[in-house]
Amino acid sequence: MVLLTIQNSTLAIAAALTGIGLVALALWLAGLISPRSFNPQKGEAYECGIPTRGESMAQFKVGYYLFAILFLMFDVECVFLFPWAVRVKELGGAGLLSIAIFFIILVLGLVYAWRKGALEWK
Amino acid sequence: MFDFSLLTNWIHSALSSFMPQWLTVTTECVLIGVVLLLTYSVLALFYIWFERKVCAAFQCRLGPNRVGPMGLLQSVADMFKILIKELISLNHTDKFLFALAPYLVILASMLAFAVLPWGNGLQIIDFNIGIFFLIAVSSIGVLGILLAGWSSNNKFTLIGALRSGAQMVSYELSIGLSVLTMVCFAGTMSVGGIVEQQKDLWFIFSGHIPAIIAFIIYLIAGTAETNRGPFDLPEAESELTAGYHTEYSGIHFGFFYLAEYLNLFIVSGVATLLFFGGWMPLHFPGWDTFNMIMDYIPSVVWFIAKAIAISFIIIWFKWTFPRLRIDQMLALEWKYLLPINLFNLVLMVLIVVYGIHF
Repeated sequence: MVLLTIQNSTLAIAAALTGIGLVALALWLAGLISPRSFNPQKGEAYECGIPTRGESMAQFKVGYYLFAILFLMFDVECVFLFPWAVRVKELGGAGLLSIAIFFIILVLGLVYAWRKGALEWK
Repeated sequence: MFDFSLLTNWIHSALSSFMPQWLTVTTECVLIGVVLLLTYSVLALFYIWFERKVCAAFQCRLGPNRVGPMGLLQSVADMFKILIKELISLNHTDKFLFALAPYLVILASMLAFAVLPWGNGLQIIDFNIGIFFLIAVSSIGVLGILLAGWSSNNKFTLIGALRSGAQMVSYELSIGLSVLTMVCFAGTMSVGGIVEQQKDLWFIFSGHIPAIIAFIIYLIAGTAETNRGPFDLPEAESELTAGYHTEYSGIHFGFFYLAEYLNLFIVSGVATLLFFGGWMPLHFPGWDTFNMIMDYIPSVVWFIAKAIAISFIIIWFKWTFPRLRIDQMLALEWKYLLPINLFNLVLMVLIVVYGIHF
């Protein structure tokens, strides 16, 4: 529905409110019709019937963090490439040269991470 | 080809004839919200049924066939069942984050859903940076999944959420880069503009070899992005019970389920938009009679049929390949897809700037 009189941002807010409304509506409905019963065992964490030992929000593997950092680097690259991609034809060879330097530096970053073994899951 | 903007303009003029402007805008927003809500839920229910039927066909079973014709009402019945299940509140969860997570997951898929081009003049949000907006909002979903896993106070959910986070974040890169490749080719980021460019020939045909490589990479990355098999290690049932949504019950769990199936549609919808012409009928330059016959099929049918066909391929993946290990999954993205994607981008730029054909 392209409604020229409505701003796109207004429509985006309307769509977001629809999403929130869907969750709120369904939760309200479920609250009305679903049963409630209390049992102390129900509140336990679902870990195969054995009580949880220690804190669950515990330390985790550092590898996840490493990949998140790598993602950040390449995602920012992607964001910078998008404005150029729209105008790639008009900018021609000169634009290509300047983006190539930026691009090569980032590819070197990937090669460095690869050689250092950051892409291995240990 | 029927132009839906005639209909929407008629509604707009009918409403504005007896209403002040602010009330017209509000009414139209409410109307759009209702339409969005209905399409969203009907499509999600259809997809759950479709997945079960396709899965059954792959395994030589019948699948759901008791409730309604061909089992079509099975997922409606399931929805009612899930509504009357108790919402269990757990002892040691972070209550606020636990409740917030389903909102974020649904919000992300709803916003991405609103950008898709459904038909001729039938598109809710048409930003000039539409495809960029789509990538941006679809990454909100990762936050919801991470919050769900972290706040549940359960080791299974934490591991599932972290795996899911690592996976979605990694494969988002591939999605971003293959979209970038097609944006290079199209020269615009607006969703309407990209569809308009494919009037004569879809990008998969006119984009030479780089478009085909980008499509294959997009399909693999899209499968991973929706946490579906072979990339379903965040919810690998043999090791993590159900992954990040283990502790969610009743309709709370239903939201994650709904969003997962809707994300499957959104991924196929974006693939349709970028490579198969969105709602544009199949046209070949020069084949005038053929083009005219194709024009008789409504644009909405084109879009939905193409999206479902691509979803079928993604479901096919699930029942064909065994589940990957996390190191294989990360190696596939960072050591294969990413370098190929970067190389592919260079190829596409050469085509666009210097007119070299492959």
